[in-house]
Amino acid sequence: MASLDRVKVLVLGDSGVGKSSLVHLLCQNQVLGNPSWTVGCSVDVRVHDYKEGTPEEKTYYIELWDVGGSVGSTSSLKSTRAVFYNSVNGIVLVHDLTNKKSSQNLYRWSLEALNKDSSPTGVIVSNGDYDREQFADSSVPLLLIGTKFDQIPENKRNDVLTRTAFLSEDFNAEEINLDCTNQRYFAAGTSNAVKLSRFFDKVVEKRYFTRDPSQMTGFTERKRFNFKSVHYD
Amino acid sequence: MSFLMDSVIMFTSQVLFFGFGWLFFMRQLFKDYEVRQYVVQVVFSITFAFSCTMFELIIFEILGALETSSRYFHWKFNLYVILLVLIFVVPFYIGYFVVSNIRLLQRQKLLFACVVWFTFMYFFWKLGDPFPILSPKHGILSIEQLISRVGVIGVTLMALLSGFGAVNCPYTYMSYFLRNVTESDILALERRLLQTMDMIVSKKKRIAMTRRQMYQRGEDQNKQTGFWGMIKSVTSSPPGSENLSLIQQEVDALEELSRQLFLETVDLQATKERIEYSKTFQGKYFNFLGYFFSIYCVWKIFMATINIVFDRVGKTDPVTRGIEITVNYLGIQFDVGFSTFARTHVLTYSLTHSLTHSLTHSLTHNHKTFPVVLIAVSLLKCPAVQVFLLTDSSISTLFYSQFRKSKNCSCVGIFCCCSSVPYICSPLQVKFWSQHISFILVGIIIVTSIRGLLITLTKVSHLQTGSCQST
Repeated sequence: MASLDRVKVLVLGDSGVGKSSLVHLLCQNQVLGNPSWTVGCSVDVRVHDYKEGTPEEKTYYIELWDVGGSVGSTSSLKSTRAVFYNSVNGIVLVHDLTNKKSSQNLYRWSLEALNKDSSPTGVIVSNGDYDREQFADSSVPLLLIGTKFDQIPENKRNDVLTRTAFLSEDFNAEEINLDCTNQRYFAAGTSNAVKLSRFFDKVVEKRYFTRDPSQMTGFTERKRFNFKSVHYD
Repeated sequence: MSFLMDSVIMFTSQVLFFGFGWLFFMRQLFKDYEVRQYVVQVVFSITFAFSCTMFELIIFEILGALETSSRYFHWKFNLYVILLVLIFVVPFYIGYFVVSNIRLLQRQKLLFACVVWFTFMYFFWKLGDPFPILSPKHGILSIEQLISRVGVIGVTLMALLSGFGAVNCPYTYMSYFLRNVTESDILALERRLLQTMDMIVSKKKRIAMTRRQMYQRGEDQNKQTGFWGMIKSVTSSPPGSENLSLIQQEVDALEELSRQLFLETVDLQATKERIEYSKTFQGKYFNFLGYFFSIYCVWKIFMATINIVFDRVGKTDPVTRGIEITVNYLGIQFDVGFSTFARTHVLTYSLTHSLTHSLTHSLTHNHKTFPVVLIAVSLLKCPAVQVFLLTDSSISTLFYSQFRKSKNCSCVGIFCCCSSVPYICSPLQVKFWSQHISFILVGIIIVTSIRGLLITLTKVSHLQTGSCQST
């Protein structure tokens, strides 16, 4: 097969939430047997059929860039990590369902990635402050994944699921809650698999099939924005 | 009646320290994690509270604050509780949590935790063998046995920390050791890193595509031939798999390379930031301080070696002698009726003013300044300087991390506190003063050392869980 077009998706989240296991599960369809901490960035590739089942079906490579560390790390670490944030087409935000702080840190993670995002649509971001409107008309599709679902006791499940529902509303993103050591969560036909392939389809569409001049008119109508930096590719 | 009041005072101070330890745990140590086992937080706060109370009792002993009998009672009570916590509770819980992380031993956690605890007690007891602890007056199961062993461990830890600080301080602070890093170096390294990542990606794409094709082909074969087809596919391995293992090996090598490049880039960025910092006024000041402390560190290491080799006992170190000489020199200028402590007060105030000010500014940064404080503390043997340095630095570190806005107020407040210490102690001569102050400064040294140790341990545990530089 000739080389296919590439799509780059970042996988972000705190240390120890299960990003490496998740990426391994998505790309190799196997559970990662010996998880160890990752230094720097690890990449894996998933072959995705865009618009599967329709006559317009096309296969794409989705590169999952598993970057990590913590939001509070030193600035030298942060500026080195920023190298990986160039030309990103989609972001997967991973948090640990048993650890509230990891979901709170996701706001800072998304800001860090979007601030460095030099997409051609010129996303205007305000430094530091979390602004909900940013995510509403941000051009980068987001997906929220909660891991370690099996470790939550039965009686606490409802609270946790309500909390993650609020989170996915904030990010304007779909959410998937799973356990990375169990393959059946992504078995073909489950709602998780459907959500996942919808997300990847959205990423591919944004990258290859839409040129949105409407983005430029969108920001002039916004009432409050801190004009700190404009990124152009 | 006075016993009751003293107890109330001690109890309030204990509750205050407990609350402080609780907050410190939540805000600093467990900043990124959710506390699930509250036992840990409670034990930590209790240990912290009782340690601080012990230190407080020492100060009360010097100042003669509370009733002697109530002080004695509280001292014994504190000591018993601390020993109980330190020797029974904490090792048992450490063993219990370690055991509960190992999957094989899950079912009989308590039993294995007790086994771990007994091993710890055995080694703990063995620790006291080379020391003359056992005396006929006390017997073998007395509290002196435990205290002396704890003391041995504590002194060793302190010595290790100050030795580490003595070597680390010159390396960290002298710009002589800084390599020259330019922006283009970093850009070149980043480009190499991205190129390596691209190569990894392209190889992984080949693997993924080959596996997909094999899977599709394999499935077709299996569907048609069934049982015999499976046997056939075992004997004749498809040609793709050898390629796969080769490419996989290449990918592993490239991933290792990318990790190394990433770490190098982080290193270069950190060096660049240090260079930029050293060009500022603060940076230049610290560079000068660094040279000063480094020379003293080297002198100290040299003298320690000489002492060990020639089996000498050191009398006074140069800084104390120097300050005594300076005091005597200045003393000539002053009136005979001028009290000694005012003399030393003026001198030490002027000496410490710039030092403490800059050190407290530096302590708003992270753990790196801890060795400077430790060296400053342990090497400048003049007690007054140490008191000012330490009280200012310890109190302000505890404050700055929380209340950055009140920097100036706390600085002024602390200097007022420090300058009132000589008035409280009512000394007559430098020697008399230093004897009492040395009790205080030992406690303050311990407080700051423990803070530094806690922060270092947190860093180590972050490395273990991989939150420092990793995914």
